[in-house]
Amino acid sequence: MSDLLAARSQMAVSLAFHIVFAMVGIAMPVLMVVAERRWQVTGQDVYLELARRWAKGTAILFAVGAVSGTVLSFELGLLWPEFMRFAGPIIGMPFSLEGFAFFTEAIFLGVYLYGWERISRRAHLAAGVLVAVSGGLSGIFVVIANAWMNTPTGFELVAGRAVNVDPLAAMANPAALPQAVHMALAAYAATGLGVAGIHAFLLLKDPSNAFHRRALVIALLVGGPAAVLQPVAGDFAARHVARHQPTKLAAAEALFETTAPAPLVLGGWPDVAARRTRGAIEIPYGLSLLAFHDPRAEVKGLDVVPRDEWPNVPIVHFAFQLMVALGTYMALVALWAGWRGWRGKDLAHDRRLMRALALATPMGFIATEAGWVVTEVGRQPWVIYGVLKTADAVTPMPGLIVPFLTFTLLYCFLGAIVSWLLYRQIIRSPRVTE
Amino acid sequence: MSLAELVAGIIVVALNAYALLGGADFGGGVWDLLARGPRRERQRQLIAEAIGPVWEANHVWLILAIVLLFTCFPPAFARLGTLLHIPLSLVLIGIVLRGSAFTFWRYGGGAGGGHGSETERHWGVVFAIASLITPLLLGTTVGSIASGALGEGGRGKGEGFFQVYVGPWLTPFALSVGVFALIAFAFLAAVYLTLEAQERELQEDFRRRALGAGVALFFAALAALLLSQRWAPRVREALIFAPWAVPLHLLTAATAVTALAALWRRRWRVARVAAATQVSLILWGWALAQYPYVLPPDLPVEAAAAPAVTLRLVLAALALGALVLLPSLYYLLRIFKSRQPSEVP
Ligand code: HDD
Ligand code: HEM
Ligand code: HEM
Repeated sequence: MSDLLAARSQMAVSLAFHIVFAMVGIAMPVLMVVAERRWQVTGQDVYLELARRWAKGTAILFAVGAVSGTVLSFELGLLWPEFMRFAGPIIGMPFSLEGFAFFTEAIFLGVYLYGWERISRRAHLAAGVLVAVSGGLSGIFVVIANAWMNTPTGFELVAGRAVNVDPLAAMANPAALPQAVHMALAAYAATGLGVAGIHAFLLLKDPSNAFHRRALVIALLVGGPAAVLQPVAGDFAARHVARHQPTKLAAAEALFETTAPAPLVLGGWPDVAARRTRGAIEIPYGLSLLAFHDPRAEVKGLDVVPRDEWPNVPIVHFAFQLMVALGTYMALVALWAGWRGWRGKDLAHDRRLMRALALATPMGFIATEAGWVVTEVGRQPWVIYGVLKTADAVTPMPGLIVPFLTFTLLYCFLGAIVSWLLYRQIIRSPRVTE
Repeated sequence: MSLAELVAGIIVVALNAYALLGGADFGGGVWDLLARGPRRERQRQLIAEAIGPVWEANHVWLILAIVLLFTCFPPAFARLGTLLHIPLSLVLIGIVLRGSAFTFWRYGGGAGGGHGSETERHWGVVFAIASLITPLLLGTTVGSIASGALGEGGRGKGEGFFQVYVGPWLTPFALSVGVFALIAFAFLAAVYLTLEAQERELQEDFRRRALGAGVALFFAALAALLLSQRWAPRVREALIFAPWAVPLHLLTAATAVTALAALWRRRWRVARVAAATQVSLILWGWALAQYPYVLPPDLPVEAAAAPAVTLRLVLAALALGALVLLPSLYYLLRIFKSRQPSEVP
């Protein structure tokens, strides 16, 4: 394994690990706050029990998110010193703002978790709201930094150096809005449906357990709308990618030649050597419609850049298909549940719906990992699109396979422990009958 | 004062806060490891309760320092990340293990298990050992920066893997700074814990530990000073001959004596203020001694600084952030660190 590959893999493992906890840290506080508010309004203790148990799980996940995030901020220097030398002054701004969002989040999470008996009910709820808001903001800021890597703005390139730096213009880069919206929705959809799925699974065995029934409704209220909106936001993102990063879209769609009108390619295996995709279903005009909302529009293929500037096409294509497939499933299940709920049906006794929801438990997280693979691998060989190659950003330190393996093992170990702790917590759920 | 100097000063403030708050959390881990005697379990319980609500907020000071460093002094960040790859990676492993082990230890049991069970103790041990190694290596990186070993255009100490990636930090001086940091953190933690403890006996336990650590701190400082002659001459020079050096040393000595005397006479609050001042003064002594360099001997603050727009925006963000942050922090500490007897969740 080359040092560059080891560095990329270490970064990818660290981010893929962190993102799971970050998403939970963004969305779980919303669930907790809703449950707590329901308790304050209805006086039913089952809601308090719910808020407390969710808070306990969140405490574990948040701590792992905080430490893995710390690893990331160091890794930017440990693995990509040349990237940071170039990009630090330009995109440090969102990271600094993110720092303050973390601060607020960590402070009020401490207040929320340990303050049940120490502050008034109203102050406690307010602390929860602040955790939820700052969690959302920190996610948005960091994604803005990432969006800048995709569509760099706010500086001029003179002889390999950035001059006329404008950090605000860098924050207002074209990819920032679509990515931030898509990511925020991803956090709510994945976590909301994930929690709903767990409770749906438990309801299959015990459909009259009030604890799980309440939990299911709250989780669906947070996750459902986000899951329904996510394909719309994804389409918004894709249209931006079509304009600003044509190679990434071409790789995601496995489109080797510039075509007008371009078909939508479903499935199949891209044969890079032969420059064609085998075994795919093609929907005529589909891609032109989706990417430009015009059935005749020309869509740029991989042929617009030299062969050595292509990303890994099969990976990007597969990851993209996976994300879209999972997103479609999640949106449909959310619509189904919403429709049943709207018709006043008892969700918990609808076994088919509960099974469909239980199946969706991990899907949002898998879709998110896939989405990041599209974004990051699809940008290769660039770390800053069109400006700095990943190979030129990496540290000169040799033997990077050692830290890569070390951190990977560490994360596997932590992941196993966290899963086990959560599992123990979930199977000990209380029996509350209506 | 220039913009760059202002930001550099704020980074030192963040590091200072991290040392006083986060550092003491590490120190708590040290005392967890060294818990002895009939009140062993109660000592551990006290430490855990003291750390629980605040460690994540305390931890963010380090992140703030890092973020400011890479935004405002990117060449320094790049050089640190390259030459200190090994100790910083180990610091990270320590941070990850400490934070997660602490949480598993405190929260894992709640789902069953019960306190004091076998698995919980395992987490306690991981937490404690990580608390030992992380400050040691953090101090070592500071020592290696102060010694000027990250200079020469960022090529380390010459050619070859060892010279570039190990030589700059594996020196007696850098290690002595590591030991110093570890003892300082333990000292702070013990002093704070005398205030946290609600029972007389526990207070006495930590009083003894604080006194011991205070004395050890003196010897660690002496060792670092002696070693600096050979390994960090420039910093040593400044620490002895700069115009501010003598007043600073006198002040530090005064706070050190005050802290010990206050501990002796069981004036816990005075001891806390004095100990925190003492550690802060030492940190500022280091910062002043290597001024005007971010990384001595060849990367001065001005040359390493990002463009003025970036600095100005970051300062504006800091001012705004402080408006949110300071009241929030005050609120947090008031809820959990005021001395009212408290029931624990
Ligand atoms: C719950 C998670 C989830 C779901 C259901 C979807 N996505 Fe997604 N997608 C993400 C989670 C995600 C993500 C992980 O959040 C990404 C990575 C970077 C980003 O900003 O969002 C992403 C990136 C991403 C990109 C690349 C953006 C870029 O590189 O700038 C595109 C084009 C899409 N998505 C499109 C879609 C479409 C058409 C979907 C249809 C259903 C879809 N996504 C569902
Ligand atoms: C602000 C946010 C982010 C920054 C600054 C960032 C930065 C980087 C950098 C510097 C690299 C190495 C260069 C490269 O291979 O492209 C990288 C790679 C990667 N990152 Fe990101 N990233 C961010 C967000 C994410 C997130 C949240 C994920 C996913 C969970 C992610 C997934 C990846 C992957 C999979 C790679 C490896 C790419 C490859 O192997 O080709 N990134 N990222
Ligand atoms: C290069 C990329 C990234 C870096 C350097 C980074 C850095 C960090 C750091 C230092 C923390 C710890 C803060 C604390 O102590 O509370 C953290 C936590 C967090 N990060 Fe990341 N992060 C990255 C990617 C992301 C992404 C892509 C997202 C969101 C979509 C995200 C969302 C969060 C959230 C919400 C938290 C709060 C802690 C939690 O909820 O677990 N981060 N991150």
